[in-house]
Amino acid sequence: MTAVATLKTWTGAALAAPVVWLASIVNVPLKWWQRATGTGGMAAFFLAPNMAIFGIFVLVPLVINFFYSATSGTAYFLQDRTYVGLEQYQRLLDCGNYLDTATCREDLFWKAVHNTGLFVLVQVALLTVVSMITALILNREIVGRSFWRAVFFFPVLLSPVVTGLIWRWILQRQGLLNLIVHDLGGDPYNWLTDRFWAFTAAVSVSVWAHMGFYTLILLAGLQAIPRDLYEAAEMDGTKPARGFWRITLPLLMPNLLVVIVLALIRAVQIFDEVYVLTGGGPGTSTLYLTQYIYEIGFASLLRNPGLASAASILMGLVLVVLTLLQLQVGRRGERKGARE
Amino acid sequence: MSGVTTFLTRRRGGRFWHWTDIVSWLWLVGGLVIMFGPAVWLVGSSFKTPAQLAEFPPTILPYVSQQASVEGHDKPLTLYRVKQADGSTKVMAEVRRIGIVAQMVDPKAPKDIIKVNIADRQPVREIGFATGNYTEPFVHFDFMRYLRNSVFVTAMATLITLLTNSMAAFALSKYKFRGRDLTMLLIVGTLMVPLSVILVPLYSVVSAVGLLDSLWGVILPTVATPTGVFLLRQYMLTIPDELLDAARMDNASEWQIYWRIVLPLAAPALAVLAIFSVVWRWNDFLWPLVVLSRKELYTLQVGLNTYAGQLNVQWHYILAMTVVTMIPVVLVFVFLQRYITSGIAGTGLK
Repeated sequence: MTAVATLKTWTGAALAAPVVWLASIVNVPLKWWQRATGTGGMAAFFLAPNMAIFGIFVLVPLVINFFYSATSGTAYFLQDRTYVGLEQYQRLLDCGNYLDTATCREDLFWKAVHNTGLFVLVQVALLTVVSMITALILNREIVGRSFWRAVFFFPVLLSPVVTGLIWRWILQRQGLLNLIVHDLGGDPYNWLTDRFWAFTAAVSVSVWAHMGFYTLILLAGLQAIPRDLYEAAEMDGTKPARGFWRITLPLLMPNLLVVIVLALIRAVQIFDEVYVLTGGGPGTSTLYLTQYIYEIGFASLLRNPGLASAASILMGLVLVVLTLLQLQVGRRGERKGARE
Repeated sequence: MSGVTTFLTRRRGGRFWHWTDIVSWLWLVGGLVIMFGPAVWLVGSSFKTPAQLAEFPPTILPYVSQQASVEGHDKPLTLYRVKQADGSTKVMAEVRRIGIVAQMVDPKAPKDIIKVNIADRQPVREIGFATGNYTEPFVHFDFMRYLRNSVFVTAMATLITLLTNSMAAFALSKYKFRGRDLTMLLIVGTLMVPLSVILVPLYSVVSAVGLLDSLWGVILPTVATPTGVFLLRQYMLTIPDELLDAARMDNASEWQIYWRIVLPLAAPALAVLAIFSVVWRWNDFLWPLVVLSRKELYTLQVGLNTYAGQLNVQWHYILAMTVVTMIPVVLVFVFLQRYITSGIAGTGLK
């Protein structure tokens, strides 16, 4: 054994020693517990830490959210708040015409709803098409497939703050995009202060950041399609385009649906990278639902946690519908898989 | 000649290049540029001086203006290449600038001040790295503290996640008890409860248990990940029960079975979860943003966003700190990307 390897072994042992010691100490009272309660008690012991944390920080908030949305005031403790019934929901849904935010009492909420709706439609469509094309190309006989797969996966790991800042830097007045525009003979432009371009940037950046994830799922689906199907089709003189519509797409449908529903669920909650990129601006043109909840709940001067909570429950309902859809889709995919 | 072209364009399987091959390669190379280009541009920019960052059109590489100390002046002066009346150029140092006229001296004859129109001169520059962008934020700002906070949150959250999730997964995969299916359903059912839906009540719960404005308030709500329990349980189901029964015959306690047998065997799944957890916790933004209001507790992500949101953004520091924030994730990408992609392809979870 080389000196380095010996050193490594010893350091490893030294670091592990306290952990091993701790585990053996824990073993003593646990033996008592096991003798007193049997394996049933042990199951409870193993579940306890996770379920306690889970209960306190997920289940309890989930339940009290409903009470929260039925109260008003700026206090955060439930007992300091006044019960108002469904008033917060009435306030949110009070609208002359749902398509015209100016007629709504909470016009900012509806602005966020409209923005999110448009964002979800465009982003999910673009994301699905781009991921699909990339997956199809990665599924061809190309040299260095795992390298190329990694290339498209890289932005998925970046933090939303880093993603937002990278693109803010590129899209600013002295940025890379304006350098390209300048070299092509155009005039530099403040992209993020323009409503249309800010929206385009929000969509493109989120597609850039997430497409690698969906490409992976689609690629896994493509690789599960048996090769001999294509060989048989080729022998019958089927054109590749026809092969795509008749073989690839139908067999990939379960994966494609999962991708679309997952992308929908994520897009509805879009926040971090767009918030860092545009801050919701210019004006309110890239203000989305999660940012609305955050600002009404915590950040704005007109703080109203009850209203934010009611808005989050409405958003939650949409997500529940989408999740049920996903389970349905997943189950159908499984059944289909079992049949083949 | 045609033989060479034929050789170069020949593909496996003996077929020649089809138009779809060209489109594919264009797409891949374009993807390479679009996926890595922005990050490379960020790293390049992070080594530029503030003056250079304000320039348009921006240069690709970072340059540093040359300076020289001149007799009779305390501070080093910036050097410029000045175009002279006869068309030749000469290197001179700037003493001061008034409007569009700069007072300059020849370093060799420091006595005579010459007035030069600023349109007639170019700074003397060499490729150089403004490494101060990286060192100064740690000294003048709280970035060292933010870095420490981020490391603490990531390490603690990952350790607790591994321990609690693996214990729960062990119970859910290796014991039969009343309510097991219900517990599993509860965990999987909340797989899709996103933070934004319970943001307000979670804040009140965390403040009620006294964890507001503490790093533990950032850590604890994130550790009971349903994804982790699910992933580990699926893996532990493949460990044969006979192995556990044999250990029980040898008088091993249930804790020893978990600690000495199941955990080591589940190491591959634990590794995947650990990698996921590190990336998740390092990148977390919304929850720390809500729960931390004292500046000295900020994580890197929140600190970065705060500095980038100020009216007078000091981009040279922001860019450098963005690179620092990116480093752990880039390391994960370079060395552990395989585990993550196989984890996603296997479970469809992120």
